[in-house]
Amino acid sequence: MMKIGVLALQGAVIEHLRMLEEVGATAVSVKRVEELQDLDGLVIPGGESTTISKLMHKYGLMDAVRKFGEAGKPIFGTCAGAILLAKEIEGQLDAHLGLMDIKVARNAFGRQKDSFEVNLPVVGVAADYPAVFIRAPYLKHVGEAGQVLAKHEDKIVVARDRHYLAAAFHPELTEDTRLHKYFLDMVKEAKKA
Amino acid sequence: MAQVGTDRVKRGMAEMQKGGVIMDVVNAEQAKIAEAAGAVAVMALERVPSDIRAAGGVARMADLGIVEEVLKAVSIPVMAKARIGHFVEARVLESMGVDYLDESEVLTPADDLYHINKKEFTVPFVCGARDLGEALRRIGEGASMIRTKGEPGTGNIVEAVRHMRTMMAQIRKVQAMSYDELMAEAKNLGAPYELLEYVHKNGKLPVVNFAAGGIATPADAALMMQLGSEGVFVGSGIFKSDNPEKFARAIVEATTHYTDYELIARVSKGLGTPMQGIEISKIREVDRMQDRGW
Repeated sequence: MMKIGVLALQGAVIEHLRMLEEVGATAVSVKRVEELQDLDGLVIPGGESTTISKLMHKYGLMDAVRKFGEAGKPIFGTCAGAILLAKEIEGQLDAHLGLMDIKVARNAFGRQKDSFEVNLPVVGVAADYPAVFIRAPYLKHVGEAGQVLAKHEDKIVVARDRHYLAAAFHPELTEDTRLHKYFLDMVKEAKKA
Repeated sequence: MAQVGTDRVKRGMAEMQKGGVIMDVVNAEQAKIAEAAGAVAVMALERVPSDIRAAGGVARMADLGIVEEVLKAVSIPVMAKARIGHFVEARVLESMGVDYLDESEVLTPADDLYHINKKEFTVPFVCGARDLGEALRRIGEGASMIRTKGEPGTGNIVEAVRHMRTMMAQIRKVQAMSYDELMAEAKNLGAPYELLEYVHKNGKLPVVNFAAGGIATPADAALMMQLGSEGVFVGSGIFKSDNPEKFARAIVEATTHYTDYELIARVSKGLGTPMQGIEISKIREVDRMQDRGW
């Protein structure tokens, strides 16, 4: 069985744990570096990216998660998680983990009153995925090795780059586990390789 | 078709705040300190609750200049307070782009019978509650997040503890009830039946539940997390302390690692004096903020 961690410093942690269990993974929350050790994959949840980033630095998780990704272990970032994974953040000099070859724009759909939900086709995942966008970012650019999996109004909202997966919305706020299943398959693939 | 202002979008916003600290600020400078310390959101106010308490008189929605200044200063969500029942203050704050409204007992109520019909709004609301019935009434009106009332501006945690313990005990009781007892319990609590049914099935509120009202130290924040709150609001505590920056960081860390006592000890050292507290029995009944709301 695949063991997948959910970074649990802040944000929607329980929801991801529940959905990972539902698709058949063993799911554990991760607050410390040593908890990464025997994991096959990691989810970085939605929350406040500035808060999660500060806490990651404080507890040595920024370097540890970067090494985790560089060792070929799959990482799935949702909303804040996508911002943390990105190589480039619009309007900021520094990225956080900088692992995934994407450029993100923060709060790019507007403030909370502009937050929305919509059904979207996601390539290889679903024809009608219920996507919940909350003060969401979008991806301005995906690197050459990457693949765009979904767009909303011409803006990229799901992408995969090698063993990294990013969604601008919150699959964890729905009952739809198909994106988690997709990520679990990525984890299995990576483990075989 | 994209839909804005749905329950899922409004409640989901609060889900993203879980495990975090929401800090009261009165200007852009404080907002930046809060953001740098790791706050998940700031509450833009004209005065923190302890100053409102000291000033007396009618407390209204904040000066909109302050709200605007804070909105421009930070990238994290900005909340603001409207008076209980004052739906025009709420509409005005919504129009400015405030991310979350607090229909708050800290301000002087504008309506002594009715709360705002929060379902009509695109922006989500948080409301205070002392027990399960009050929490479910507010959710019934459309609140997307609940917090304990505690006794704001006192730096005294006892009321927040009482409210959280009461709510959690009532949730456990409702969960253990047989189905036939639910309607009578809905009547006892003054709670909408369908929401009580949700609590019975799920053993939790249908929205996120934070602690507020009297949190003055990192250990206070950790205590509230252990009692079952999903995050904390810190009002007067931070910017009334000796070293707000350090204090804010310490509260954030204690909220994340609320069972790690060595960590709480480490971050609590050398913080200086926390805000001066007030003994609850010394507050005149008419000045008790938690009794506002119906």
